[in-house]
Amino acid sequence: MKSLLATLALTTALTLPGLAMARPVTLTTTMNNYGGDGAYLALYVTDAAGAYAGSLWMAGGKSKYYEHLSEWYRATAGDTAQINGITGASVGAGRTLEITLDLADALFDAGYTLHIDAAVEDMRDSPNEVAVPLTTGGAGTPITGRRYIADFTYDM
Amino acid sequence: MIRALHRWPGLLAAALLIVLTLSGAALSVFPAAERLTAPQAETGLSVATLAARIQTAYPGVEQIRRSPPGQITAYWFLDGTPGAAVIDPATGAGVGSADPNQVERWLTNLHRSLFLGYGGRIAMVLGAAAMLILSVSGSVLVARRAGGWRRWFAPLRGPLSGRLHVEIARVAVLGLALSSMTALWMSASTFDLLPITSSAPAFPNDVSGETGISITSIELLGQTPVAELRELNFPYPGDASDVFTLKTDQGTGYLDQGTGAALGWTDLTGWENVSETIYMLHTGQGAAFLGILLGLMALGVPVLGVTGVLVWLAGRRSRPRIPGNLPAAKAETILLVGSEGGSTWGFAATLHQALRAAGQTVHVGPMSDFDLAHHAKAQRFVILAATYGDGDAPETAKGFLDRLKALGTAPAAPIAVLGFGDRSYPEYCGYAQRVAEMAKTRGWNMLLPFDTIDRQSPQDFARWGRLLGQALGINLELVHQPIVPPTEMLTLVSRRDYGAEMQAPTAILRFALPRVTLWQKLTGQGFARFEAGDLLGIVPEGSAIPRLYSLASDRRDGFVEIVVKRQPSGLCSAQLTQLAPGDTAKGYIRRNPGFKPGKGRAPLILIGAGTGIGPLAGFIRGNKRHRPIHLFFGMRHPQNDFLYGQDLADWQTKGRLTRLDTAVSRAANPSYVQDTLRAEGTEVARLIRDGARIMVCGGRGMATGVTDALADILKPMGLTPQALRAEGRYVEDVY
Repeated sequence: MKSLLATLALTTALTLPGLAMARPVTLTTTMNNYGGDGAYLALYVTDAAGAYAGSLWMAGGKSKYYEHLSEWYRATAGDTAQINGITGASVGAGRTLEITLDLADALFDAGYTLHIDAAVEDMRDSPNEVAVPLTTGGAGTPITGRRYIADFTYDM
Repeated sequence: MIRALHRWPGLLAAALLIVLTLSGAALSVFPAAERLTAPQAETGLSVATLAARIQTAYPGVEQIRRSPPGQITAYWFLDGTPGAAVIDPATGAGVGSADPNQVERWLTNLHRSLFLGYGGRIAMVLGAAAMLILSVSGSVLVARRAGGWRRWFAPLRGPLSGRLHVEIARVAVLGLALSSMTALWMSASTFDLLPITSSAPAFPNDVSGETGISITSIELLGQTPVAELRELNFPYPGDASDVFTLKTDQGTGYLDQGTGAALGWTDLTGWENVSETIYMLHTGQGAAFLGILLGLMALGVPVLGVTGVLVWLAGRRSRPRIPGNLPAAKAETILLVGSEGGSTWGFAATLHQALRAAGQTVHVGPMSDFDLAHHAKAQRFVILAATYGDGDAPETAKGFLDRLKALGTAPAAPIAVLGFGDRSYPEYCGYAQRVAEMAKTRGWNMLLPFDTIDRQSPQDFARWGRLLGQALGINLELVHQPIVPPTEMLTLVSRRDYGAEMQAPTAILRFALPRVTLWQKLTGQGFARFEAGDLLGIVPEGSAIPRLYSLASDRRDGFVEIVVKRQPSGLCSAQLTQLAPGDTAKGYIRRNPGFKPGKGRAPLILIGAGTGIGPLAGFIRGNKRHRPIHLFFGMRHPQNDFLYGQDLADWQTKGRLTRLDTAVSRAANPSYVQDTLRAEGTEVARLIRDGARIMVCGGRGMATGVTDALADILKPMGLTPQALRAEGRYVEDVY
């Protein structure tokens, strides 16, 4: 199997007050062959001031490992309520995680940044593997991760 | 009950447990290897000094980790590229790759989940649970078999697979129980079933906002020895709000990257401490020696699995299928069987069938399952008991006497005890007799007087059956066909004749070794495994009842040899002594574990007369390690029946026999073997002081004479033949 496909059928993942309009966005994360077990990934958004705005996805089911997603953990104090209903399996080396969700229009071109923290058992933690500004112009452009993620793309 | 609790999880989980333990044993090597290969920090080295050294070598260092066996790994970022290396703490420079060991990772995944994800993990949890059940039930069975917990390491007997099974189990069980319990704890933790919460302190809000402190000036890092370090994370470059994060084996804390001030510290919680200890106990991470030890114990499991299956198969084979056997709680007649070799089960099956045909409700089970609570409807108990060795309990009767002794009041349902044995043995039906006596002293009503069956006699059994029928008020005809083990055709290759001049024809018969199938080889059945002193059962033409002869050869000798004297009215001996080379006879092997010279270098005193020389000659032939052997051999006339005369002379020159003393009964001054023994009393006493083992083989009269002579020789030493017998240093094979 070349890619792991986790498609979430149009769930409204991130709802901000007063932001009614939303559109489906597909997030594609491809792991490189880092040579370890399945990676835990936390996908979350911060606002223009760098403050935590909300979580989009958590790959990996055991909450006891979430502290290794250290930036996400720091921002949320490990609050699993933040990822209720948006949790899936960890992502193996060389595999692809694809999720589609409704993101509010107002998140784009307004200084919001999408972050991915990654952690792999017996390997180092990698907070902020990816930190990419959410802009309509940036859609479809692959971003390279720091350690475990080969590339990340968001498509609208 | 316990046996079933041991058997079924064992059989069901055997394959799974073999994978689980072999991978576990392989994994146990890694912590030790890491401990040996990882460059260790010098004593007293502080985390601050180590971090400074690494920072010099890798200015972009982000994280330093120390594994429980002491390997230090650093992770850094340089020109946008991540890097990692195992660090030599003395220099801070990388000395090896930090990539995870692929073999270890593969084994870990196999060990945890068989590469089957969640379902695989559940399977392995069930495997661990099965191992715990097997450890506990197996321990109870070992204690029961040995006769109590204090006799845990008591010597064993019986077929090899069973001995091996217990031998390994009683050493390995401690490790297996520990490994399975810790595995279950770790699985519970993985599945979030334990109330373990992380103790990481809340991230500090009020950092100084300054950056760039020299790492050596951070006080806490200066005070923390490397030996306690788990992990040190450096602040994210360019983020003034970030901090140093330090994890030690005590807890977790944050340090300001401008001032070095400690911004919060939390100790590990009690649960976390317990979990860490359990992790260490299971993986050997941080306790490499323990890990290796557990790994070695785990290696016993594949052997336990295979021998366990063999024991089960052998047990199934040795018992006839008993169709229509009712559960213990539903039967009015309870037949309890105490059998060593399995033949008594055949009698039980015959009796069961006849009682059922007479309209009774019957349960057949081993005597070791006796428990009044389980026999709710019992109207009568019938005990069919063989005897092992010198009046010991047979295999399936272990613990019966103790339970009988512990009975408060005897049950109202009466009991009948029938003993099975061979009248030529001194303790004929000794065990069954003790059962009957004990039942009587407990005030148990006798349904029938104690009775015995000699050499599996169908006539004896039919006679007893009629008595039982009378007692029950039914007509009971017991027609028993004794079960003879599967026999093989043995072809005579040579014979040496003696004693014809004295009208006592005796022959040393040597048969070719029959072909052995691979299955027999693997399970040690048939002629695949036998030693001198074991027995050869010969089934004569025209008779279903076999005769047993002591073997004078070991399998490695490449032939099957016995010594046969023609008995005046003996059917079997007549047929055997008439065989010419090329002729055949039907035979099978029966083990005789009680009559073996045993291992070690202690001297052997072998005493025999006439055909009793057979097994003794076998022992001497096999004595290639030149253990001191002193043979006393009694014959009638040196010209006529000096069995193995030339061989004994050869073996003496080869050093296999140290000394030979003969007694001749048809001479001018007749002497018997016990006379020679007395004459050599001083030497015999000296050998016994040196730990000698005495083995006697021959007729009953001779054996009695030998015991008397030995009693006289031992007396000045304050010893008796009985004391030596109890130690297992004085054994007999008498007929």
